[in-house]
Amino acid sequence: MADLHFLASPARFRRLSQRVLPSLALATVLMLAFGLYLALIQSPPDYQQGDTVRIMFVHVPSAWLAMAGYGLLAALGASLLIWRHPLAALMARASAPVGAGFCAVCLLTGALWGRPMWGAYWVWDARLTSMLLLFFLYLGHIALSRAYDEPERGDRAAAILALVGVINLPIIKFSVDWWNTLHQPASVARLGGPSIHPSILVPLLWMAATLFLLFVLLVLLRTDTEIDRRRLENAEVQS
Amino acid sequence: MVPFLLEVSDLACRRGGRPVFEHMSFGLAAGELLALTGRNGSGKTTLLRALALLVRPVAGTIRWQGKDVAADPEAWRGRLAWLGHLEGLKGDLTVAENLEVAERLRGRTVPDRVRLLAALATFDLSALADRPVRTLSAGQRRRAALARVVLSDAPVWLLDEPLNALDAPAQAGFRAALGKHLAAGGLAVAATHAELGLAGARALTLGSRE
Amino acid sequence: MSGFAGLVARDLRLVWRRPGDVAVVLAFFVVATILFPLGIGPEANVLARIAAGVLWCAALFAALLSLDRLFAADHEDGTLDLLLLAPWPLELAALAKCCAHWIVTGLPLAALAPVLGVTFGLEPRVLWALAATLLVGTPTLSLIGGLAAALTLGARKSGALLALLALPLCVPTLIFGAGAVESLATGGDFGAHIAILAALALVALATTPWAIAAALRQAGE
Repeated sequence: MADLHFLASPARFRRLSQRVLPSLALATVLMLAFGLYLALIQSPPDYQQGDTVRIMFVHVPSAWLAMAGYGLLAALGASLLIWRHPLAALMARASAPVGAGFCAVCLLTGALWGRPMWGAYWVWDARLTSMLLLFFLYLGHIALSRAYDEPERGDRAAAILALVGVINLPIIKFSVDWWNTLHQPASVARLGGPSIHPSILVPLLWMAATLFLLFVLLVLLRTDTEIDRRRLENAEVQS
Repeated sequence: MVPFLLEVSDLACRRGGRPVFEHMSFGLAAGELLALTGRNGSGKTTLLRALALLVRPVAGTIRWQGKDVAADPEAWRGRLAWLGHLEGLKGDLTVAENLEVAERLRGRTVPDRVRLLAALATFDLSALADRPVRTLSAGQRRRAALARVVLSDAPVWLLDEPLNALDAPAQAGFRAALGKHLAAGGLAVAATHAELGLAGARALTLGSRE
Repeated sequence: MSGFAGLVARDLRLVWRRPGDVAVVLAFFVVATILFPLGIGPEANVLARIAAGVLWCAALFAALLSLDRLFAADHEDGTLDLLLLAPWPLELAALAKCCAHWIVTGLPLAALAPVLGVTFGLEPRVLWALAATLLVGTPTLSLIGGLAAALTLGARKSGALLALLALPLCVPTLIFGAGAVESLATGGDFGAHIAILAALALVALATTPWAIAAALRQAGE
């Protein structure tokens, strides 16, 4: 978190983000345009699944970002609890809904993809179930951080929750996998594996990079808003 | 010059993103009482809670015999007796049970009946020792909480509005107990609206911020 | 440790003075369980099939239901300050509170579950297994629930929020608790399930007291 240390002051973050945001937004839009071209037009349809395989280009990066987003929440929580960085609290508040959003996108695209693949919108697949539980962890974090009259208390409670959650996430994943193999032996087609073809891998990684930029963009924008909101609230208290 | 036992230097606390007080400095020698006064919201309770390490100050140090208390918070907490604006009594336990539990929570053995009754007698509560706290009046509860402070034998008393809900005889009993504590070399910091009525008390008025 | 034992003894005595609070939780457990046969129908083989899952879920809800007062009562009467000011680690105090909670809810739930299991037509051997899994699994519920209770201390709408925080974290215990009982029927490895349940309890034991103590300190500020 060395770079975050440099940014610890909201005011300095503010100046930096104002400078970065326009070019970041432009880069995201351009990359998204090219990424959609790659994913929707240039890449070949799957010989089994046809065009529905293209859902993967959104679904899989969303899953990665949802998981990484929770890791970010935990890191921000640690820096709030240990070093009391004021920016960490605001950033956590800003990024939790973004992570939850990517988690929701992953679940929805999973359901849409599941319909043609499995013949049902929802199947108790281990990955989807873990994602669903991650979504609830996000919801708990968001609800807890907003459940207090004093926002600082919500920030710190949510930080503790994020740290406990990140410890429990692998345990939840492991137990859901165990549960799934017990109840549904290998009924679900596994995605990916070692032999993924470059014609699919390149658009996938491109879309992952694009959505990562989108994630960063949204978090920075929302952090700016949180800084404004906190300033406004404090100004009201003081007047 | 008398050496200070408790020394607070440059203490600052914030609440809800706004400073409650800053650059707070004072020292207390053995047998001294500090009366905190000031309007509502001036930070009396916050200062008491900061002294008890319940609130983390944003700046400054609290020293006991020259050592920063934050370095060994458990030893410091062992020196404190606390009376908050809530009494800290369980309604379903009797007065005596409440005092016994409080002593055990402070890591001490259960006090014998004689010591316990002596502490209760200070506040004229001997007859109520085995009554559940929920049946007591507000003033009686306050007295029971004060008896807990007396029983603790702690060298530092932190009291938030100790005279609240006390009638005249109970106030006299409190003054006597506090006087005895100070005479034995103890310290006390008390937040109060009313005059504590003790000679030699030092006063610290916390300013209200506009 | 005198303080630890003193705190457990205090909480047990408080429950002893008001046994109704525990009775309500156990009554909820019974009623919630009984609703399933009424909702699903009295077919013996279906009920035996779902019994472990139903009893485990009901036990989980019952344990959570009793948790929102765990620290709130101490917060309201000021005794939480006395815990925060105790000259021994707050982590131990957190553990003592969860320990007392387990004694007055986890233990009775584990004892009551086999009785309810009879109404689901479970065999004696499965009934014992059910009690064993609850005995090993409920400490985790008390610890995780205790954390959720500490985190929501002083929050608006704390009851529902507590459940939202605790339930996802309790999923592993639920899976292995109910799975252990089911493994008897499917010929799985019961011992392995119990071992993992115990491991989950140990992980909770090693992590939650610190988190609860941190949450209680925040609540004290």
